Amino acid sequence: MEREGELSRKAEEFMGIFKKGIQFTHELLKENERLRYKIVKLEEDNKGLHKRVSAPEVSKLQQTIAHLEQEKTALVDKYREVEEENKDFASRYLEVEEENNNLANLYVASYQLHSTLDFKEVLRIVIEIIINLIGSDRFAILLRDDSSQVLGLVASEGLREGEIKKVKVGEGIIGTVAQTGENHFEQDLEHFKPTSELHPIVCIPLKIKEHTIGVIAIFNLFEQKRKKLTRVDYELFSMLAGHAATAIFSAKLYSQSERKLSTIQGFIDLLSGKAK
Amino acid sequence: MSEYNFLIVEDSPTMRQLISFSLKRIQNAKIVEASDGVDALKKLSEGKFHLIIADINMPMMDGLKLLSIIRKDPQYNHVPVIIVTTEGAEADREKGMKLGANAYLSKPIQTNDLVKTVKDLLKITS
Repeated sequence: MEREGELSRKAEEFMGIFKKGIQFTHELLKENERLRYKIVKLEEDNKGLHKRVSAPEVSKLQQTIAHLEQEKTALVDKYREVEEENKDFASRYLEVEEENNNLANLYVASYQLHSTLDFKEVLRIVIEIIINLIGSDRFAILLRDDSSQVLGLVASEGLREGEIKKVKVGEGIIGTVAQTGENHFEQDLEHFKPTSELHPIVCIPLKIKEHTIGVIAIFNLFEQKRKKLTRVDYELFSMLAGHAATAIFSAKLYSQSERKLSTIQGFIDLLSGKAK
Repeated sequence: MSEYNFLIVEDSPTMRQLISFSLKRIQNAKIVEASDGVDALKKLSEGKFHLIIADINMPMMDGLKLLSIIRKDPQYNHVPVIIVTTEGAEADREKGMKLGANAYLSKPIQTNDLVKTVKDLLKITS
């Protein structure tokens, strides 16, 4: 009896599952029918659209698209060109600004150097240029005494008294610069280790044509200059080499001629009986 | 068009000329030069200035003293001041900024930096 009961319960369970399967299959068939109907409708719509858009119109639109694509590529290329040009202008602007700065420095330096014939004033101006335009607070200006082949200190900044008095022409860097008339620049400023306190970073000859009348020796540069000398520094150095030399030389000649003139005037006065 | 009056206070004629020459790049710039702080106070009383550029190290009256006087005087305390310092003078620079300087430049000055700083402070766009 018990076994029969169990069998009939299992049969009922099976029938339930079977019925659910039938229901699910019906639902699937319905969905399938709905989708097939939709496909047919879409195909009809597609045909309708094809009819509406005629072949010449499509080709015209395709041509327009191709034309626009070409135009877009040309514009992108042009934009890139303009961008490049822009970068070029920006870098040229910076160059012009730098050049402007250089010219301002050079103009002021040469203007000041030739603004006086007073020897001490010329030396003061050279000192000012080195401090303010080149950026050094330890340097020396030495002039050559042709009769003794010795360079004598005429002005300095940041040096102890007596640290440099005289340098023989041909001796050390300073003397060699005076002898050869060639500039001396330490190349690797970042790793520059002076061999002595008087080892110049920069030493330039003061030249009138090929004649060296003295040298400027620079032993120290301000922090921002210590890594690398800029183009304006080299231009200032070469300007100093020529202009400072002529300014110093002219001032010396002028003071000598003034002295001679006053001596001659004294003689004239004496001879003409003006002197008391 | 606006006119800009600048007062340059600097004992070195070379620096005065360089600063003056650079500021002439600004349209309608009128420049007055003073050789030290005392001279600057005299020139300040004689005109109206839009900006002052002062060196720190000067004889008679240095730039810091001048700056403190300017900042205490209600007549000039609104005028922007740029101080010019030398390398290694960080203490002076800090003192200057604390006293009310608006900007500082280190020697050797770059003329384009100077013009840019002046234009920024005066909001000159051209």
